[in-house]
Amino acid sequence: MSIVSEPIAENAARGRKNRRKRSGRNGGLHSGDGRMALYLLGPTMIMLALIVGYPVLNAIYKSFLTDPGLDDSTGLFNEGNDWNGTANYAHWILQRCNAVGGGTESCPAGNLGSQFWDSVWVTLGFTVVTVIIEVIIGMLFALMMHQAFRGRSLVRVAVLIPWAVPTAVIAKLWVVIFDPQGVLNNVLGTSFAWTSEAGPARMAIVIADVWKTTPFIALLILAGLQGISSEVYESAKVDGANAWQRFWRITLPLVKPALAVAVIFRALDVLRMYDLPWVLTQGSNGTQTISILVVKELASKLNSAAALSTITFVLIFAIALALVRLFNANIVDRGTR
Amino acid sequence: MSTAAVETAEAPRESRPIVTYKKGYDWGRIGNLVAIAAIVFWCLAPFYWMLVLAFRDNANTFDNTPWFTDVTMDNFRYAFDTEFNAFGRSLVNSLIISVSVTVLSMVIAVFAGYALSRLVFRGKSIVLAAILGASMFPGVAILTPLFQLFGDFGWLGTYHGLILPQVSFALPLAVYTLTSFFADMPWELEEAAKVDGCTPLQAFRKVIIPLAAPAMFTTAILVFLASWNEYLLSSVLSKGDTAVAPSTVAIVNFTAGPHIVPYTQTMAAGVIVTIPLVIVVLIFQRRIVSGLTAGGIKG
Repeated sequence: MSIVSEPIAENAARGRKNRRKRSGRNGGLHSGDGRMALYLLGPTMIMLALIVGYPVLNAIYKSFLTDPGLDDSTGLFNEGNDWNGTANYAHWILQRCNAVGGGTESCPAGNLGSQFWDSVWVTLGFTVVTVIIEVIIGMLFALMMHQAFRGRSLVRVAVLIPWAVPTAVIAKLWVVIFDPQGVLNNVLGTSFAWTSEAGPARMAIVIADVWKTTPFIALLILAGLQGISSEVYESAKVDGANAWQRFWRITLPLVKPALAVAVIFRALDVLRMYDLPWVLTQGSNGTQTISILVVKELASKLNSAAALSTITFVLIFAIALALVRLFNANIVDRGTR
Repeated sequence: MSTAAVETAEAPRESRPIVTYKKGYDWGRIGNLVAIAAIVFWCLAPFYWMLVLAFRDNANTFDNTPWFTDVTMDNFRYAFDTEFNAFGRSLVNSLIISVSVTVLSMVIAVFAGYALSRLVFRGKSIVLAAILGASMFPGVAILTPLFQLFGDFGWLGTYHGLILPQVSFALPLAVYTLTSFFADMPWELEEAAKVDGCTPLQAFRKVIIPLAAPAMFTTAILVFLASWNEYLLSSVLSKGDTAVAPSTVAIVNFTAGPHIVPYTQTMAAGVIVTIPLVIVVLIFQRRIVSGLTAGGIKG
């Protein structure tokens, strides 16, 4: 959180100054605010501490313990929960598995440990590809919607529907559409086995995700566009800027904050993508995201899954921070501005 | 790509004078209609296909005729058949879970939203950052810990085991949206009411509640939809137990026994889940958009 704390601190200071002015005018509002805030925020903080904080700390602890199972070096059943050092992390990151007769070896192909890096690259690939496509088409949609002075409410309803319907349900619809005998192959005149080959399977997931989320991104960008005063365009036109220049020099810089927020939130969403690939392919054919890997590991080895969950968290957190830095986005301030 | 967009986009601006009696075609207006048609087609075409298949006889699943043929209601009857699926039950479960999540998180979030938008206190920025951090928290990262913990408590496959985690995910969203709504409210009216002789309680009841109600209602819709659509946590923490599993889990696990691919029946179930959501969107479209953009970007 350290990188976002500068703007907040600044904002908090600004807020404090304003508030002091206002409370001076309205007559002492800030005495006892601290205690009041504690009472009001208490329930939220307690809930988050109990259901997010405690389990996460507990899982970090358990990620350093062994799982119950057959001990390969002794051949006996092991109760588990013994200190295991960083072996669970090595299992994922270095793809080390316990070897028969003690020690470790490179994980065999069928082992989930050997699939970690593949899953990471697949997830990152999905993130980059879908977010880029969604932002480009979403920008196009937003520009079209911004100009529409008729049928605006029709478009608004249409755009909200893909967003409002559960991804799990939508994914089932895409399963039917992508069936080898289904309507997509029929329309395209192709005979792809969409979900059982790596290339088409990945494409299918990208198509389904782009379809569902692009309208939502368009909506966020549209809100940014509506904040731009038309006078700016008028004066640019008077100064002789053509449509292309107006887009690059005015529209794009002014919607950048809206765009940055959309990109960051979308990227975080795709990084934890589960529903769509799980329903479409169960993670087969090169579509196994990190989330799917976690759920698969969960079925047998809890402590090892805890290590994977922790790695995932650190990875997503690092990417989130990098994106916030990259866009210099001030997302924390939004609520209080 | 963008050039074309800007050009079609620019034309209507010139024709904005209320009534134009230009000779010939108004290309701006036509471009505008084409653009709207394209967006609407993009958003609704897959749903049209869902509807067509939901009413189509299962034997003709791969007929691929683009309009309604072999129309039957059997799929809808089958969707509620309890032999293989518990779809009806799952709708009730979804309702119980989503309403509980919405009520619980709204009650808790209103206080936090008020504090964050109205009060001045030390550490406010840290609290805001913590809440935002929690909202970015990946579901998978908390899935393993919760699965372990709830397993120890015997909470797997229970309503509270499904509701509580969702409350913790809904809270940051709700607090955030409420905070940004509350920050924009004309709170001076509260003081004005007191000056006019209202007691603090009256001021709260007659001024604050009517002012805050739309914001709270909008936030509640967003929380409800998020909870209704949740799949990952529900599928793992319910352990597939049909007594508590919500409709998203039921639809993904939809079966029809051996040798039958229940595509049309699944689509019927999908239509049943989709229609109430479409109605909610139709009625509350403005509110939903304002809520999404308040939580997203401040213009």
